[in-house]
Amino acid sequence: MTVYAAPGQPGSAMSYKSRYDNYIGGEYVPPSSGLYFENVTPVNGQVFCEVARGNAADVELALDAAHNAADAWGRATVTERSNILLKIADRMEANLEALAVAETWDNGKPIRETIGADIPLAIDHFRYFAGALRAQEGSIGEIAPDLVAYHYHEPLGVVAQIIPWNFPILMAVWKLAPALAAGNCVILKPAEQTPVSIHFWLSLIEDLLPPGVLNIINGFGVEAGKPLASSRRIAKVAFTGETTTGRLIMQYAAENIIPVTLELGGKSANIFFGDVAAQNDDFYSKTLEGFTMFAFNQGEVCTCPSRALVDSEIYDTFLPDAIARTEKVIQGNPLDLSTMLGAQASNDQLEKILSYIDIGKAEGARILTGGERVDLGGELSGGYYVQPTIFEGDNSMRIFQEEIFGPVVSVTRFSGFDDAIKIANDTLYGLGAGVWSRDGNTAFNAGRAIKAGRVWTNCYHDYSAHAAFGGYKQSGIGRETHLMMLDHYQQTKNLLVSYSPKPVGFY
Amino acid sequence: MVERVDVTPEAADLLRRLRAIHGPLMFHQSGGCCDGSAPMCYLAGEFRTGGSDVRLERLEVEDVPEPIDFWMSAAQFEYWAHTRLTIDAVPGRGGGFSLESPEGMRFLTRSRLFTDEEYRELADHPVVPGGS
Repeated sequence: MTVYAAPGQPGSAMSYKSRYDNYIGGEYVPPSSGLYFENVTPVNGQVFCEVARGNAADVELALDAAHNAADAWGRATVTERSNILLKIADRMEANLEALAVAETWDNGKPIRETIGADIPLAIDHFRYFAGALRAQEGSIGEIAPDLVAYHYHEPLGVVAQIIPWNFPILMAVWKLAPALAAGNCVILKPAEQTPVSIHFWLSLIEDLLPPGVLNIINGFGVEAGKPLASSRRIAKVAFTGETTTGRLIMQYAAENIIPVTLELGGKSANIFFGDVAAQNDDFYSKTLEGFTMFAFNQGEVCTCPSRALVDSEIYDTFLPDAIARTEKVIQGNPLDLSTMLGAQASNDQLEKILSYIDIGKAEGARILTGGERVDLGGELSGGYYVQPTIFEGDNSMRIFQEEIFGPVVSVTRFSGFDDAIKIANDTLYGLGAGVWSRDGNTAFNAGRAIKAGRVWTNCYHDYSAHAAFGGYKQSGIGRETHLMMLDHYQQTKNLLVSYSPKPVGFY
Repeated sequence: MVERVDVTPEAADLLRRLRAIHGPLMFHQSGGCCDGSAPMCYLAGEFRTGGSDVRLERLEVEDVPEPIDFWMSAAQFEYWAHTRLTIDAVPGRGGGFSLESPEGMRFLTRSRLFTDEEYRELADHPVVPGGS
C-alpha cells in the first residue's frame, strides 16, 4: 500500500517553509510583536515550523487592508467573483495530493480522508458557491402598479472567521467560499493547533485573489482571536468551537450590533432500530459501518456519532457485530493510504480524551473495546494515538453528555420508538443525528422528531455542499453549506421606488 | 465544608502569574466541540454571567487578593453536579480566548465522583445562580 513521503522529504508532494508570517494585504508581514510559536505535527510530535504570534496591532493592519479592498471586491461582477472561485477549485484539484499531505501533516488525520474527503469537499465547495452565486437573484415586489420594491443582495463588508482545528482547510473553505462569493473581504484566524495547512493552500492560489480580499492572522485566541472578534471594524463574525468562547463572541457581537454564526458542537445520537438486523445483508453491513463512523477523523468531528442507541430487540447480537467491525479499524501512520485512524490533533486533545476515558470508568461505564493510548513505535512513538473505544453505559453519564472529540462512542439500549427519541433528545446539543431503519415510516418520523439540524438517514458523515449544516439548541446559530449560507454573508438592500409623477396628497 | 471545586498547586502558581499580569480573574467551564470541557480563564467580568449560569465556587488562592469565581452554565451543571472538580495546570496551550495560552500552559478540569456523604452535605450548600 502507498505511503506518502512526509513534507520536505525526497519524493514528497509538498514542503512547508520553516516560518510563516501573517498574510496582510496580499503579502506576508512579520508579526508586530516579533514573536513566533512552534508548530508540531501530531503524526510524531515533532516541531516542523514556527508561526507568527499575531496580536491586536496585526489585526488592525489586516482590517486596514481588508477595508481598502472591500469596495472594489464588493462591486466586482458576480461573473468575476464566480470565475475566481472556479479557478481556485481548479488549482486545488491540480494539487490535490500536495494539499492532502499538507493537511495530514498539520492535523494528523489519515491521508485516505484528506485525499478522499477533506480536499475534494473543499474543491466542490468553491464550485458550488461559484454556481450558487451566478444563479442567485434578487426579487421585485409589485406593491402597486406604480410602486415597486426591489431587493438586492449586497455584501456585508469585512468579516471575521475563526477556524477550528479538526478540518483546518475544509472548515476554512466552508466559511471562505460563501463569504468571498458574496463579495466580502475576510480576516481569517486559523486555529493555533493547526495553523499552517491554510498557508500552503494560499501559496497555490494567492495570485488569484486581489490584495486585501483575504487576510490571515495567526496566533493565540486571547492575543489574536479576541481583538478580531471584538473589533468594531467587522460586519460579522463566524466561529466554530466550544460553547464558552461562542457565548463570549456573541457578547462582543452584541456590543457591536453585528450578526454571528456559531457552530458549537454536539453529542449526536446514532439510532439503530431493530429492523436493521432483519437480514444479514449489505444493508446490515452498511449499518455496522454507520456505527463505526465514530472513528472517522479520530472522532474530532462536531457531529461525531458519539452516542449509539441500539434497539433492545437486537442489542445482544448487534453490539458484538459492531465491536468486531470497530476492531477491524486499521490504526497507523497517517501518511499510509491503508490507515483508517490517524493521530489526534494535539497532545492537549490526547490528554483530554484519556481523561474522559477515566471519567467514564469512574462513573461505572464498561469498556467493550479500546480505552488505551497507542504507541505506534519508531518515529511515530511521539505521536498522539488512541484506540477506537466503545463504552456501554447510561445516557445520564458525562461520557454520554459531553463532547469527548475523540474516537470514543458511548452505547446504550432503548425500548421502542418513543424511548429512542427521548434518549436522543436528552442532550444540551442538537447538531447531528443518525437514524438507521429499513422501514421508511420509522426513519422519516424519527428524523423529524429528533431536535437536531442534520439527521443522516441510513447514512452518516456525508458533507455535501448542497445540504444545510447547523445546530439546534446549544449547538449554535445559523447554518453553513448550502445556498442559504450566501444569505448569512449578505445584506438585503431594498429600493422602494415610486413611478407615479403625482404627489401623494399628504401635505 | 465540602468544596465543589479546588485548585492544584500548579494551577495556583499559574493563577498567581496571570493575576500579576492581567488583574482579577474568573473561570467559566466550557462545553461542546474542539476545546470544550476546558475551564476558560478570563479577566473578571470579561465573560458576562447571567441567569443561565451557576457559580460553583469562589476559589481562594494564596497571594491572590480576591476570590476567583468558578462558573458553569446551569444546564451543563445538571450533568456535572455529582462530580468534584479540580482545576489543574499542565504544559500545553489553552484554547479559545483563555488567558493562559501565551504562558505555554493550559488549565484542565479533573473530576471525581462525590461520595454519598459529600453529596448529602452539598445539598445544604446549593450553587449560586448568576444574574442576581
